[in-house]
Parts: sequence; C-alpha cells; structure tokens
Amino acid sequence: MSTVVALLRGVWDFIVGDDWRTAVGVVVALGLTALLARAGASAWWVMPVAALGLLALSILRAARDASRRGRGAAR
Amino acid sequence: MSGAEVGLALSVFLACAVEAVEALTIVLAVGTTRSWSSAFAGVGAATLALAAIVLVLGPSLTALPLDVLRVVVGGLLLIFGLQWLRKAVLRGAGLKARHDELETFNGEVEAARAAGRAGGGFDGYSFTIAFKGVLLEGLEVAFIVLTFGANQHAVGLAAAAAAAAVLVVIAAGVAARAPLARVPENTMKFAVGVLLSSFGMFWGAEGAGAHWPGGDAALLAIVPCVLLAAVALVWALQRLARTAPAEAAERVTVSA
Repeated sequence: MSTVVALLRGVWDFIVGDDWRTAVGVVVALGLTALLARAGASAWWVMPVAALGLLALSILRAARDASRRGRGAAR
Repeated sequence: MSGAEVGLALSVFLACAVEAVEALTIVLAVGTTRSWSSAFAGVGAATLALAAIVLVLGPSLTALPLDVLRVVVGGLLLIFGLQWLRKAVLRGAGLKARHDELETFNGEVEAARAAGRAGGGFDGYSFTIAFKGVLLEGLEVAFIVLTFGANQHAVGLAAAAAAAAVLVVIAAGVAARAPLARVPENTMKFAVGVLLSSFGMFWGAEGAGAHWPGGDAALLAIVPCVLLAAVALVWALQRLARTAPAEAAERVTVSA
C-alpha cells in the first residue's frame, strides 16, 4: 500500500509540483472554456487569460514566501 | 515541417538538452571518481527504461480521440509548462538560486568519495547514481516527448529531437571533459516554459471546443505574448526587489 501511495505522490509531485492551485486553476479554466464553447460563445480567450493570471499569482505567492525566508530562497 | 512541428522539435530539443546537461554532471562525477564502466551501465539501463516508457505509452496516447487527447495533453502541458516558467521567472529575478553545475559536480564527487573506495569490478554506487540521475532527468523529457509527440502524431520526430539534444550534450561534454557550467540553463528553461505553456493553452482550448482566431497561426501570437508576459514578470519582480529594501530603510529612518 505504501508503495502505491509513494508512487501516486511521486506522480502528483512530478506533474503538479509545488503549487497545486495552478493545476486546479488550469482544470477550472478548461471547464469554463468547454462550457462557453458548448453555449456557442467565444471561448478561446479563457485559457490565455487564466494561464497568465495563474502564473502571475503563483509567482507572487513564491516571491512573498521568498522575501519571508530571505532572497534566493523561493521554492 | 509545419510551425507546430518546429515548435515540437524546438521544445523537446531544449528541454532534453537542459536535462542532459544535468544528467551529464552526475555521470561525470561518479565516472571520474569511481568507475566509468559502471556509470555507463547505469546510463544504458536508464536509457532503456525511458525508451520502454515512450514505446509503451506512446501508442496508447495516440489511440485516444483527438479532442480528448488535446484537452488532456493541453492541460498537462500547461500545468507542466507553468511550473517551468514560474521557476525560470523566479531565477531570472534572483528570488530562486540558479542551478550551478560546478557546485552540483563537486557535491556529487564528495558524496562518491564518502561512499568508500570502488572495487576493481562492478561498482553498484556508480551504477545506481548514474541510473537514478539519468532516469529522473529523463522522465521530464519522456513526458514532453510523449505529450507533444502524441498530440502531433509525431512521437518519432519528438524522440529524434531528444536524441539529437543528447548527442550534442555528450559531444560537448567529451570536448570539455568537465561539467557544462557555461550552458545558459535558465534561459533554456525559460524558453521551454514559454513553449510548453503556449502549446498547452492552444491545444487545451481546442480540445475543450474553442476555435482560435486564425487557427494554427494563433500560435504565432500566443508564443510572443507568453514570452512578453514572463519577461515583464521578471522585470516587475526585479523592480520590486530593488525598491522593497529602500522602502524598508526609509521607514526605519523616518521612525527613528
């Protein structure tokens, strides 16, 4: 059992990495794109806006953590 | 070769070159300190394991319906690409330590010496460290080869780009006979992050049913926009880092 848990944790760390919020944001953005597209509305803009917004938020969080721990210490 | 295929080859080549430089440092450290033959055996075993992963998972991925493949691969590439880009932006702004191949090499050499003397025959330490190093660095490349390749139905082209990068790095390593410390790793990781994020959002949106203005040509706008946004983030963070200490000092002066 512990091997399976370790494997799943490894896959999670490998794909999701340090910031799970970004991964969740990408999934939500894909869902919103699909909803808009099904409704016949323009949906192409959702992913760029979400991706750049998520990147900026993730970097700001890491920068805040780094400034708390000292420069060069972001994860 | 189409624009998407050029993007595929470039992304895989750059990602693979960066990871190969890191793996080369580890192999050089155990090879020069303990046993070249055992280190090479570790490299060979890890390469076979990575090839098996690509060969087994590649056909299963390409068998998925195109829309499902695009939304899954696009989402994964975007998550993965944003991770690369986030780290590259933080390194560019000086908020995260840059990867130093010489420091890594010296650390690995020290650890190899501390593990005791290698015998005359097969050296398990060299084999294990080389195997682990190549496998772990290679997994990211295998992931990119599989996702990019499957989506473009060009796993062969992606694998060829990866192989070309490995050959270039090996040739440079043989010529230098030292870790490739002068390779601009952060710039390359920055470029890979931009490309993975751009292709990820493009394919993810298409898979979810969106239509890009201009079709595939939209990538010609997406890639520069992501690059500009990432460069702007580095610039903003650098500015913030410069002004924050000055403001803190000013607050101290005023309160004193």
